[in-house]
Amino acid sequence: MSQTTKTPPSAPAEASNRVTLGWSNRLLARPEVGALVAAIVIFVFFLIVAPAFRSPASFFTVLYQSSTIGIVAVAVGMLMIGGEFDLSAGVIVTTAGLVNAMFCYQLGINLIVGAVLSLVFCLAIGFLNGYLVVRTGIPSFLITLGTFFVLQGANLGVTKLVTGSVSTPNINQMDGYKTLDAIFASSFKIGSVTVEITVLWWFLFVALSAFILQRTKIGNWIYAVGGNADSARAVGVPVKAVKIGLFMSVSFLGWFVGMHTLYKFDTLQAGNGIGNEFLYIIAAVVGGTLLTGGYGNAIGVAIGAFIFGMTSLCIVYAGWDPNWFRAFLGVMLLLAVMVNLYVKKLSTARKVG
Amino acid sequence: MTDTLSEHADPELHSGEPLIEMKDVGKTYGAIRALKGINLTVRAGEVTCVLGDNGAGKSTLIKIMAGLHPHNEGTMKVDGKEVSFSSPRESLDHGIATVYQDLAVVSLMEVWRNFFLGSELTSGRGPFATLRIADMKRIADEELRKMGVVVKDINQPIGTLSGGQRQCVAIARAVYFGARVLILDEPTAALGVKQSGVVLKYTAAARDAGLGVVFITHNPHHAYLVGNHFVILKLGQAVLDKKRADVGLDELTRQMAGGDELTELSHELQK
Repeated sequence: MSQTTKTPPSAPAEASNRVTLGWSNRLLARPEVGALVAAIVIFVFFLIVAPAFRSPASFFTVLYQSSTIGIVAVAVGMLMIGGEFDLSAGVIVTTAGLVNAMFCYQLGINLIVGAVLSLVFCLAIGFLNGYLVVRTGIPSFLITLGTFFVLQGANLGVTKLVTGSVSTPNINQMDGYKTLDAIFASSFKIGSVTVEITVLWWFLFVALSAFILQRTKIGNWIYAVGGNADSARAVGVPVKAVKIGLFMSVSFLGWFVGMHTLYKFDTLQAGNGIGNEFLYIIAAVVGGTLLTGGYGNAIGVAIGAFIFGMTSLCIVYAGWDPNWFRAFLGVMLLLAVMVNLYVKKLSTARKVG
Repeated sequence: MTDTLSEHADPELHSGEPLIEMKDVGKTYGAIRALKGINLTVRAGEVTCVLGDNGAGKSTLIKIMAGLHPHNEGTMKVDGKEVSFSSPRESLDHGIATVYQDLAVVSLMEVWRNFFLGSELTSGRGPFATLRIADMKRIADEELRKMGVVVKDINQPIGTLSGGQRQCVAIARAVYFGARVLILDEPTAALGVKQSGVVLKYTAAARDAGLGVVFITHNPHHAYLVGNHFVILKLGQAVLDKKRADVGLDELTRQMAGGDELTELSHELQK
C-alpha cells in the first residue's frame, strides 16, 4: 500500500479527461430534487389560496399529518429501493394496535407486555412476507397482496369474535397506558405551537434511514439488491437476508404507527388502515424512489410524505371539498413517475464533457 | 499496471501449485445434463483457457467454481481440500473471484460503491459501522488508474461507463480484494480490439503475479495469446485438453470452428 499512497496517478495524460460536473447535473442526479421542487410549488400555492395555512400552528399540524404516513413510508421507501413492495403495510398498522389492545384488555395484562407481544407478532409477519418472497421467487406484490387480505379479514374477524363489535374497548385506564402514551402519542407546547411527538420520531427515523442508506454497508447492499440482485449475490451480498430485513423494518415501523394510533385514540376501529399502503408507496415514488428498485433516498421519501400531509390538510384549509384530495394525489403520482423516468435517463445515459 | 497485482497477490502462491482440482465433475439440472466428466486443474501462475461454443457448458463450469450452483457429480478440491460451494460468499472466502460476462455490476450505483460492493471498508464493527467513503473513493480511483481506466467522475453511476471500462472495474475489484483464482467469463466478448488488448495484458499480468486464472472464451486467438493450458468443451464434455506445448493455434481454431464436423461439412459443400 505504501506504493499506492506515494505514486501519483500513473495516467497523467488522461487526467484531462476528468470533468467536474456542473451543479445542474449533480443536482439532477439526486432523487429528491423533483419532489423538493414540487413541495415548494405546492407550499407557495397553498400559502396563497389558503389563508388558514399561514400560521406556525397549522404548519405543525401538517407535519403531524405527514408523520403518520411518513414513518411507515420511510421503511416502505427502503424496501422499494431494495426492489420489493409491501401492500400489507397499511393494515399491519391496525393489526399491531388490535393485538395490543385486545390481548391486554381480555386478559387484564399490563399494556407494555401487550405492546412487546404485538411487536414480536408484527416482526413475524414481516419475516413471513420476506421469507415467502425470497423462498418462492413470487413477486412481492402478490405475496403481500395475500397477507394484506389475510390481515384485513383477520382484523375484522378476530375483533368481532373477541369483543363482539368491530372496535376495541377503551384502554386508557389500564396499567402501562401512561408510559406508552408518553412514548407514542404525547405532545408538547413550544410557545403557541403544539408539537406531536410523532413528528420527532419521524425526523429521527428519516435521519436513521438516510444514515443507513448512504453511510453503512447495509445501505450499499440495499441499493445493490434493488439495482441488480444477481450481481449483488455474485459479489457476496446476502441478498435474502437484506430483503427479509427490509420487510421486517416495514412491519416494525407499521407497529410503531399502530402504537401511536392506539394510544392517541385509546380505541381502534378494526377496519382502519386499508388504502394507506398506497399512500406510503406514493410518498416513496413522489420522493424519487424508482418502482423498479435501486434508486431513491430517505429525504425524498420524507418530502413525499410532507407533500401528502400538506395537501390533505390544505385542501380543507382552503375550504375546498376534501373529496378532491385523492384525485390530486393521483395526479402527483403520475407526474412523479414521469419525472423519475426522465431523471433516471439523465443520470444513467448522461455523457458529460 | 502490475503494481496492484504484486501488492495484492497472495505471497504464498507458488507457480505451478494446483489451486482448484476438478475430477469427473458433472452437473445435471433435473433431467438435463449440462456437464459430464470434467477434469480440470487450475494452477497458480497459469492461465487455463476454457473454450467452447454457446451451450457447451462453459457457464455451468464457472458457476460451480463461483458457488452459484453446486456440482452433483465428482469431486472438486480447493487447496487440496474437497469442497462443494453453496454460495458465492464461500467461493470468495476461498479466494476465488469471478468476473462475469454480464459484468456483475449494479449500473445505477456509483463506480466506487460498485468497486467495494460486498467488501465495504468501514470504521468500527457491527452492521451500523460507518463507511469510509473518502478512502473508498480514493482507492477505487487509484486502482482504476493503474489499469489505465480514468473515469470522468468516481461518483458517476457505473452504467455510464463503456463496456471495457466496466470490465476493468470488475477485474480490478477482484484483484484488489486478493483473489487467488481469477475466473474471467468471456472478458473480451463485447470489447473492441484496443479494449480487449487491455484486458488480455491484465490477464497476463495476473498470471505473472502468481494468480491462477481461468479464462473462458470462444475466441481461440485471444486464448492462445495468454493461455498455458487449453480445454475445449462441447455439449458438456471436454473434447480437447492439452498443454500449450502440445497444441497450436491452428488446431484450437479448427476445433473451435467445429473440427471434424467442419471437415465433413466442407466435403459436403464441395460436391
